[in-house]
Amino acid sequence: MSEVTGTTWTVYDANSMSQAEIYGNVLSELGDKHPEIIGLTSDLAKSTKIGLFGEKFPERFFNVGIAEQNLFGVAAGLAKAGFTPFVSTMAAFVSMRACEQVRTDICYQNLNCKIIATHGGISFGTAGSTHNAQEDIAIMRSFPNMTVIVPADGIETANAVKACIDYPGPVYIRVGRGFEPTWYEDEDYGFEIGKAVTISDGTDITLVCTGITVLQAAEAAKVLAEEGLSVRVLNIHTIKPIDQEAIMKAVVDTRRIITIEEHSVIGGLGSAVADVIASSGKGCAFEKLGLQDEFSLVGYPEDLYAHYKLDTNGIIDKVREVMGRDFEEDEDWDDEV
Amino acid sequence: MAVSEQEIKNLEKIAKNTRKDIVNVTQWAGGAHIGGGLSMVEILVLLYYKYMDIDPANPDKPDRDRFILSKGHGGIGYAPLLARKGYFDFDLLKTFNQFKSPFGMHLDAKKVKGVDVSTGSLGHGLPMAVGLALGARLRKESWKIYCLLGDGECNEGTVWEAAMSASHFKLTNMITIVDRNRLMMDGRTEEVMGLEPFADKWKAFGFIVKDVDGHSFNELTKAIDFAHNQDEAPVVIIANTKKGRGVDYMEDDVRWHYGSINSTLAQQARESIDRMYI
Repeated sequence: MSEVTGTTWTVYDANSMSQAEIYGNVLSELGDKHPEIIGLTSDLAKSTKIGLFGEKFPERFFNVGIAEQNLFGVAAGLAKAGFTPFVSTMAAFVSMRACEQVRTDICYQNLNCKIIATHGGISFGTAGSTHNAQEDIAIMRSFPNMTVIVPADGIETANAVKACIDYPGPVYIRVGRGFEPTWYEDEDYGFEIGKAVTISDGTDITLVCTGITVLQAAEAAKVLAEEGLSVRVLNIHTIKPIDQEAIMKAVVDTRRIITIEEHSVIGGLGSAVADVIASSGKGCAFEKLGLQDEFSLVGYPEDLYAHYKLDTNGIIDKVREVMGRDFEEDEDWDDEV
Repeated sequence: MAVSEQEIKNLEKIAKNTRKDIVNVTQWAGGAHIGGGLSMVEILVLLYYKYMDIDPANPDKPDRDRFILSKGHGGIGYAPLLARKGYFDFDLLKTFNQFKSPFGMHLDAKKVKGVDVSTGSLGHGLPMAVGLALGARLRKESWKIYCLLGDGECNEGTVWEAAMSASHFKLTNMITIVDRNRLMMDGRTEEVMGLEPFADKWKAFGFIVKDVDGHSFNELTKAIDFAHNQDEAPVVIIANTKKGRGVDYMEDDVRWHYGSINSTLAQQARESIDRMYI
């Protein structure tokens, strides 16, 4: 039983609710114990599910209409008045339409504002690139004071939303849209902001994942195990601050890394992991799965995930490719110059 | 809270000294948005010396009135006044713009005591004022929020997003003031991007408009008193001002939107200010 809300979310709930629905319910429960929570949205009370909080606490809920920049300015003002605003709209509009308000009003002033951005990545695939957020992680993690979390599923969303209450400063939590399948069975797996979760241990290669790719990578690891490959799967739910220790341990133990994210390969998880590895001076085989500097096709998310190799099959292909490289025997770096 | 003649005399004296402070700090800073700093002097002096419930010894007093300088580049006009109110030592302003100084062109609320909200990028102040006003109302507290906008700043769409929400939420605990000096960086507001009919725009967004002489303590007082007693709709005070007010060679001249002054120009500026207050 959760100490924070009194409710524990399990796979049974997660199977029947979207990440956003779980968020809306968790926030509504948190509202009882936390009178300082204010809910804010810009005409997306229903889509983002923050409306569930609004129905329960109408006096603590504000819909500013379709005006995302004003939304974050208003949130900054409420934070300045001592409240903890939870702000929800689509990830594309948080990170791009209201980019400067999030940076300057909230991060620059280091305000205690929690942003739950829905429709992250290409999860709203039929809507196309105007509504996709394939740059949001890159944008958000570049802001000083900002914490960036991409939960793997609805259960981890519940954990992240509860944890961010006691985590000071601005927090960006990016969730998907629909009924993404869940990986975790329940909340009790030791979620801690900034700490990677080892989904499966392995010694041949590490799949460094975030968001919906965690489940896909975990499934891929099971298939690859049957081929005799020992695949480590790391869930980097917190992209900033990133768990450098877990990444470097994976580099040293497995010497092969593939990062997998529902995001551009420029500036997101892959770049964050690459920064850690490059700074360490250690080398390893390294590949980034994600959108390769391109706008997404239109389609249902499952088709898009398959197309961009973010699903189990795509990940398996990539692992085989990386494992097929002559890497470990190459001890003489000079001949490559 | 009518204003007596004696009170106006005192306020005029403070305004005169504030203008001289601005000239001096501009000289120390090596350059500043002095034109817009000088145009808002009466507005700031009136708020800080007559209306606002603040305590410089306890700058974070929770129920204090808030002021947001949405035209954040006016920091050069704001910082000297905060110093004179006792938030910090006036001599600290000698570091203005220098390496590691708490004072830069746009004041940082985390570094400068008395500043409630960090501003600089235009169009950000009014949305934050709306948030603070909602916050005060939720707390059932009576503190007020004063937000000072530049007129050129009103080109920004976020001003109107915020205006729409202020009237929608009936936020009568926030008072919006526009420093209508009719000049912006590239020229006259009506030539660069016309604002007129300016009052009608605010009315259309649900505001009650008070159009006043922004250098008249008497008119400003009446407008603020009116706003305090208004519970139907938010009030905007369009304060018609002159950019560079008090310094004859700067007045209504777009070249002094931003400028630097040497000791000769500073001396001329101080003399001009003296002449204005004879």
